[in-house]
Amino acid sequence: MAAQSTIEQPGRTSPPDRPTPAARRPARPGAAALRFASRTWRPAAVLAAILVLWWVVTAAELVKPYLVPSPSATFDVVRAQPGYFAHHTWITTYETVLGFVIAIAVGVLSAVVMVYSPTVEKSLYPLLLFAQVIPKIAIAPLFVVWLGFGLSPKVVVAVLMAFFPIVISTVTGLKSIDPEMLQLSATMGAGPAQTFRKIRFPAALPHLFAGLKVAATMAVTGAVVGEFVGANEGLGYVILQANGNLDTPTLFAGLVVMSLLGVVLFVVVELLEHLLLPWHASRRTDATTTTM
Amino acid sequence: MTVGNPTTDAAPGATATGAAVEIDQVAVRFRTKKKDTTALRDVTLRIAPGEFVAIVGASGCGKSTLLKLVSGLLRPSSGQVRLDGEDVRGPRRDIGYVFQRAALLEWRSARRNILLQAEMRRLPKAQARARVDELIAMTGLTGFEDAYPNELSGGMQQRVALCRALLHRPPVLLMDEPFGALDALTREQMNVELRRIWRETGTTVLLVTHSIAEAVYLADRVIVMTPRPGTVAEVIDVDLPAERDYGRTMSDPVFARVTGRIRDLLGATTSAD
Repeated sequence: MAAQSTIEQPGRTSPPDRPTPAARRPARPGAAALRFASRTWRPAAVLAAILVLWWVVTAAELVKPYLVPSPSATFDVVRAQPGYFAHHTWITTYETVLGFVIAIAVGVLSAVVMVYSPTVEKSLYPLLLFAQVIPKIAIAPLFVVWLGFGLSPKVVVAVLMAFFPIVISTVTGLKSIDPEMLQLSATMGAGPAQTFRKIRFPAALPHLFAGLKVAATMAVTGAVVGEFVGANEGLGYVILQANGNLDTPTLFAGLVVMSLLGVVLFVVVELLEHLLLPWHASRRTDATTTTM
Repeated sequence: MTVGNPTTDAAPGATATGAAVEIDQVAVRFRTKKKDTTALRDVTLRIAPGEFVAIVGASGCGKSTLLKLVSGLLRPSSGQVRLDGEDVRGPRRDIGYVFQRAALLEWRSARRNILLQAEMRRLPKAQARARVDELIAMTGLTGFEDAYPNELSGGMQQRVALCRALLHRPPVLLMDEPFGALDALTREQMNVELRRIWRETGTTVLLVTHSIAEAVYLADRVIVMTPRPGTVAEVIDVDLPAERDYGRTMSDPVFARVTGRIRDLLGATTSAD
């Protein structure tokens, strides 16, 4: 019996069920590149197929060019006036990111308060839900009336759009802590702040990131909705202008750039998640779920 | 404060009363919306410093509740709990707690999971690190210090949890079915190691278990509890030598007699219910 020998051998280091600590990070950079390629070729192929389809439809003139411009016409618009697009993209990016960051700060903070105070939770939740179900496009004009044509109404709409998924996911994350972990923390003499910092918040991060990914795309929508209602710059303004002039190539270009902005923001959040949560189950090498 | 003081290892918890843990006429009643349940009634126990006591009983007889009382995570409805001669009024820091699930932080390596105890207690860093090395060697975790919980087997995870519970040299170690989720072989092996570790540290141990063999092999005394509402059916002294070889203990007549008696008690109490 293997166990018998251990009495005489304190500090024995080799139990028979010893697992090998699996390689947590790829050993060679080449392997990482290969993994990246194997993960990205599928979406890349789908994207290419859509482009080809778009090109075929326009090249064969199945649809009138003034309704659907060709890919090349769309890209030519951007190439012809890169400064113009860069400027408006920057404006929308700025509004989006600012709104997103404020939404994270406000969302996480209110989630924390709600989790620690049932009274606050009960009084705030209906209000939150109310703020969420109001169509943002319907109240956006009000913000323009209140805040003018500048940056702030767009940021406010972006915050309103992004806030909700962040609150919900953070509350869920903070609440799904293993009660034994909290008891353990109490026996360690940890105060609420220590428990929060070292146990509860890190444990909630996977949930929080799920909310952040939704929120990132919502923030873009929010900023553009804000621009639709009243703006003289930004991608929403570009699209609205192009629409008014029946300038479909510019309209399409605006749409493409806007989608790219959302995708980039989403990918940034995913990368952050990757960096911060290498330990999470969804990131393990044997897990096959990938979003990109 | 006994935390981190190596001299307390020899005779932890020695006080005027002389008991490490005293449970006096304790009852616990839970009130839910639908009904009141009595989890424990009329429990009186006295555990000497350095003693290894196992608690066995049917599921739901309040074994775990008993540990929660000693740790101060739960207040008794009536009666008194004293740890180290002091009334337990809130969560106690001078204990180590091991749960059935290892309850490790997924984002921390084995070493840093053990260090959590030191961080929460704000122990000096160098001292804590030295202590972790010592515990890792003692529990056979060498080579796995930097592995993450998902890379460790169940037995290894429990070793980490045990190290974490022992880091601050607690005078009393509370173990709530620590090996309940392990396979039979790993469990035996962990029993042998726990016995050795207990003899090395001299800590008072309260172990809740479902395994009669585990209880008898490990403990000096076995407390057999009745089904809900739980109370002490019998306290059985285990007259086995201090040095217990696993295989030989299993075939020892004393072992057979004690396990037989416990089995009778548990069988009798469940059929009478």
